[in-house]
Amino acid sequence: MNKKEESKAAQKDSSQIRQKNMIAAHYSRLARAPETGEKCAYTFVPGNLTELLRSFDLLPVLPEINALQSAMRGKSRDYIRLAEKAGHSEDVCTYVKCDLGMMESGNIGPTGERLPDPDLLLLSYTGCFTFMKWFEILREEYDAPVAMLHVPYQGDGEITDSMRKYVVDQLRNKVIPAMEKVSGRAYDEDRLKEELARSAKAEDDLVAVLESARNKPSPIDAYFGGVYYIGPIFTAFRGSEEAVGYYEALRAEIEERVRLGKGPITPDGEMGPEKYRIVVEGPPNWTSFREFWRMFAEEGAVVVASSYTKVGGVYDNGFRHDPSRPLETLAEYCMGCYTNLNLPSRVDMLVRYVEEYEADGLLINSIKSCNSFSAGQLMMLREVENRTGKPGGFIESDLVDPRYFSAANIKNRLESYFQMIEQKRAGVAARGA
Amino acid sequence: MSAADPKTLAERSEEIYRDYEFTTVRRWKERTGGLAIGYMPIYVPRELLHAQGCLPVGILGGGDDLEIIRGDAFYQSYICHIPRSTIELGLNGSLDCLDGMLFPAICDVIRNLSGIWKLKFPDKLSRYLDVPQVFEPELGGMFYRHELEELASELERRGAKPLEPEALRESIRVFNENRALVREVYDLRIREPWKVPSAELYVLMRAGLVLPVEEFTAMLREYLDGVRADEDRKPMDQARILLTGSFCEQPPLGLIKTLERAGCYIVDDDLVQIHRWLLHDIPEDGDPMDRLVQAFLDDSMESPTRYIDERGKGKELVERVEGSRAEGVIFCAPSFCDPALLDQPMVVKAVEKAGIPWTAFKYAENNGQFQVIREQAGTFADSIKLWSGV
Ligand code: SF4
Ligand code: SF4
Repeated sequence: MNKKEESKAAQKDSSQIRQKNMIAAHYSRLARAPETGEKCAYTFVPGNLTELLRSFDLLPVLPEINALQSAMRGKSRDYIRLAEKAGHSEDVCTYVKCDLGMMESGNIGPTGERLPDPDLLLLSYTGCFTFMKWFEILREEYDAPVAMLHVPYQGDGEITDSMRKYVVDQLRNKVIPAMEKVSGRAYDEDRLKEELARSAKAEDDLVAVLESARNKPSPIDAYFGGVYYIGPIFTAFRGSEEAVGYYEALRAEIEERVRLGKGPITPDGEMGPEKYRIVVEGPPNWTSFREFWRMFAEEGAVVVASSYTKVGGVYDNGFRHDPSRPLETLAEYCMGCYTNLNLPSRVDMLVRYVEEYEADGLLINSIKSCNSFSAGQLMMLREVENRTGKPGGFIESDLVDPRYFSAANIKNRLESYFQMIEQKRAGVAARGA
Repeated sequence: MSAADPKTLAERSEEIYRDYEFTTVRRWKERTGGLAIGYMPIYVPRELLHAQGCLPVGILGGGDDLEIIRGDAFYQSYICHIPRSTIELGLNGSLDCLDGMLFPAICDVIRNLSGIWKLKFPDKLSRYLDVPQVFEPELGGMFYRHELEELASELERRGAKPLEPEALRESIRVFNENRALVREVYDLRIREPWKVPSAELYVLMRAGLVLPVEEFTAMLREYLDGVRADEDRKPMDQARILLTGSFCEQPPLGLIKTLERAGCYIVDDDLVQIHRWLLHDIPEDGDPMDRLVQAFLDDSMESPTRYIDERGKGKELVERVEGSRAEGVIFCAPSFCDPALLDQPMVVKAVEKAGIPWTAFKYAENNGQFQVIREQAGTFADSIKLWSGV
């Protein structure tokens, strides 16, 4: 075995394989649901109520995850085309169109099996208005009830008592009764508490993993690698034993990398020497995910912190699910997701990342699809540059529409950005001399 | 020429609409010393601002004549135009006369603009006004009431009068009076669209966004008297169409004129929607704050920005088509407008099911060329006239 193969094998033995298996098992469980009689709820990643769903034995289906998986498997182009042919505008979020195209094509999930129709559309309206339109569209296609959870935005950068009460009251009076009806089970708060306690445990380990990037070299890539790490906790597994086990193992694995002074593993194996430490804002592109990652790795650029890994929950500010206040804690979780924070809070968070992770600067991957992330990013970039004195970079792509991933253009811009960092360093060194 | 000449009123309204200095607002401030509070589309409770002695000022972006110098540096090309013109107005000093801005919850772009405003204009009031998407009084109602109370306290902290129930009741009455006249003008347009050309109606409604409500009410009265008396306004052979999708970023006036010139009578639309957001008067009895909240919950227009529960998308539009006796629908949305464009296919389905002809195009508020739209609308109007003649 040569070195490269060795490292790939090491990677395969690692948490990544475990996480892949967990997710694959979930998809086959979903595929078997029509026979087993298990019920499922379609819902979104930001503001997901996984523990609550699990406490009713409802299986979550996450359309955004299906969309990104479709993109990674090279299917999104056709799906989007189908949706546009059916009258959906070229201007709107491509996650929605990819999902609609997938539905049109038989709703075949990433494992090649058909996903079940929803028994419940759980519209947790957190951090993005498009979610509401998305489920209005799905509601017309499926004969399933909708449970709406309107999560107020942190317009003033805080969660007020009134906001919390609004969400808790909706959970108690609308969402829980809807879940009871669909599942045929009564609300079991003790079970929910157990789930939440497990969530907190996994969250501790996740934060330790993400914060390991403070080390030099960073043992992880907190964006490209990060999306694998958040997989279980952002999807069907928060609150489960499997998630606890996965994050424990992942943490141990990363701590071992720190001990050995190793950098991250990339799709091509161990990364070379760490040259640039970057903070990234915005979701990744999924259609050319590996190619995109490689553009960083080949330059020795490692992402030490990212906002995207906070869309399904911000935990590195100290928030943990608190089993002693089950509904309140779910409300706070929903309101605390990244895109539910106002722009000044998002800027503060990015500034903190640049400083605490001793990064060379902030890079924004601006996504055509996503107004929730993208509207305002140019100003955010300038704010972060001004406040940290570190150079900012800006690239544009899309989540799942390959028409908007221009590899040459992005590579060019990245190279210029890394040069800018070099110049800045040279300037600092010259001034210091 | 008498003061009630509708053309003169429309010209004056157009001047107000095109006045980026907001002269009328500045004068009002000099006169009253009150706070002028800007708001973005679609809906804010103007009654509450009025009751606290504030002037609500609707900011619907710039038009086709606003030069964007700095605004483009804030937004990527794939984001609609209204936030860049609004930030331009903020940065070029046009909005200096405002003491604050409200950003109602309608989409992520306006939502995020509230944060930009906070960072760029830290000394001014800048408030995201979250509106409920759950309409039970004990859920969304409680939450919304609290939002309004917070807003009232914030205004008071900035020098507005405290919110008194009787003042709020009186403001509700003043706005009810205004709403009744707005409804009258729109009803007249449905009955006799040749009397109320949409380009006139539009600038009138735009002027109504910045004028004190009492002045706007007087203007509407004059206008109604004027058009009723104007014998020169005669019917023409135009197709009756309903325009939809333009609830936030507004099309340039030239586009509205183009549609009329292309043979369309716009008999209903969702332009400058705040004047008609509440479908009926707000009851003037009972607890005025409760009434204001309840009106939002139960009596708001169906909008793509508002969650429509069981009723099914598009039904309301089909009813409006019937109510306005429109013969066709023009879907006219701003480019990159997620709420309008995600809504459109669902509504198109309902419209097709009802056998109503439709066409669609997009615009930006600063479009200056209408040739393509003119041809498309002209063909659409012709086809309607052809079929209605059969
Ligand atoms: S707009 Fe952004 S947050 Fe909303 S569904 Fe699309 S990608 Fe997700
Ligand atoms: S035009 Fe549409 S997308 Fe743009 S701010 Fe208005 S509602 Fe939002």
